[in-house]
Amino acid sequence: MTPLATATAATAPAATAPGFLSPTGVEIAFLLVGAVTLGAAVITVTTRQLVHAALWLVVALGGLAVEYLLLTAEFIAWVQVLIYVGSVVVLLLFGLMLTRAPIGRSPDADSGNRPVALAVAAAAAAALLWVVVDAFRTTWIDLGGPAQGSTRVSGEILFRHWVLPFEALSVLLLAALVGAIVLSRRNGDGDGDGDDAKDLKRQGPHRTAPGKDR
Amino acid sequence: MSDALDIALRLLVVFAVFLVLPLVVGQTEHKVMAHMQGRLGPMYAGGFHGWAQLVADGVKFAQKEDVVPADADRRVFQLAPAVALLPYLLVLVAIPIGPGEGAVGQVVDAGIFFVLAVMGVGVLGSLMAGWASANKFSLLGGLRTAAQLLAYELPMLLAAASVAMAAGTVSLPGILDAFEWWWLPWQITGALVFFVAGLAELQRPPFDMPVADSEIIFGAYTEYTGLRFALFLLAEYAGIVVLCGLTTVLFLGGWHGPFGADGLGWLWTLLKTAVLAFVVIWLRVSYPRLREDQLQKLAWTTLVPLALAQIALTGVVKVVIQ
Repeated sequence: MTPLATATAATAPAATAPGFLSPTGVEIAFLLVGAVTLGAAVITVTTRQLVHAALWLVVALGGLAVEYLLLTAEFIAWVQVLIYVGSVVVLLLFGLMLTRAPIGRSPDADSGNRPVALAVAAAAAAALLWVVVDAFRTTWIDLGGPAQGSTRVSGEILFRHWVLPFEALSVLLLAALVGAIVLSRRNGDGDGDGDDAKDLKRQGPHRTAPGKDR
Repeated sequence: MSDALDIALRLLVVFAVFLVLPLVVGQTEHKVMAHMQGRLGPMYAGGFHGWAQLVADGVKFAQKEDVVPADADRRVFQLAPAVALLPYLLVLVAIPIGPGEGAVGQVVDAGIFFVLAVMGVGVLGSLMAGWASANKFSLLGGLRTAAQLLAYELPMLLAAASVAMAAGTVSLPGILDAFEWWWLPWQITGALVFFVAGLAELQRPPFDMPVADSEIIFGAYTEYTGLRFALFLLAEYAGIVVLCGLTTVLFLGGWHGPFGADGLGWLWTLLKTAVLAFVVIWLRVSYPRLREDQLQKLAWTTLVPLALAQIALTGVVKVVIQ
């Protein structure tokens, strides 16, 4: 968290810290969009209609993208839309339509783990909040100057300061990809070893999906 | 104040283009298809070669009753056409048609990411329509749409990334500023991959199984009538304009041409876009519809490797010429 702070502090000039009492237009917009995002996120996890949950997730993720935009992180904002709204939610909807997507409420969509989930969510939120507050404290980003989150700046930070974590992440993703392929392989594919066969037996014989999804 | 006026004027022009060009493409499709199939096409509306046929169609759509099926999810059903159409309007804002600041609605720093991200959102409209209609054919159409999008988003992104590597920027005007004529043969594979993947994303023939009328009765749009159906149709034609414009900007050099580069650049952009739109129509007339498995196979075993090869080629050439 501290390197993050230094990386940001390096780009943010230490201007005289503005107060909270006279917010600028961008700050007000940031708070309003944040409220909408939070509301959409809450509806996502509380609605009883599965597909509506996915669509509210679109609103929440889109709201996040707008927040990035307001912080002049344009590149991150568009990548957010491209990956999350354009691909992840589409994949989610695809999965829902393929399995169960009744119109109206799904009474069986509720889980008995509600209190536990709430506790985990609260703990995660508290941890994230603490990390962010601890990392940035009174750092102010000058939004009026040149964009600090432009593609060039993001690229330089990512591939100069953070290249090792970036590479580690891509190895992690590659491992996940290989794992997904192993899990979705069909029995008749020749050199399947014992583990594969056991996996398939456990999941039942009716696996006809071609395994071509991401 | 003049800033606000400037922005308003730009948005107005983009909106006008958004309303006019899809109709021009639609009318061209009527006539080109007719001539390729040895018939006349619309000849009466408006007098001269049926030029007002689409206006008449629009009036017809507006007069029809707006029906929402009883079992449908009303709000999602009614919202879907807007979600399908608006992204193309947003994309159009970022496409430069001529050199300089004056010929683009808004210069977006991460232009490639912006256009691809927002185009991907448009597909959500088809998914929402397919699910909310409470009709199994619509649901099948929605499923096919999603499967198709997931298969074709990747090669499209990879092909666009190749151009971004070549130009050293992800801004659309920046790419055109860096363009040289020999990029055409250099990036031709990427261009083909991008165009084919874009056709698939728009669900145009030969990639129109999501709306295959003879199999699943127009898929996600089965239950739509009147204006909302017209909006979906408009989204398809706006999509053609956007895809052809993007291919022009990314791969064909946009406003660059053999001559008349100063002042007439926008004509080159429009000409290239029009030629590509003609190719889109031509493909509709001449190619049979692919089967679902053929489509997935084409995406994963042909387009993705081709796009990766193009990226490798771009990288090698880029290093060599530096």
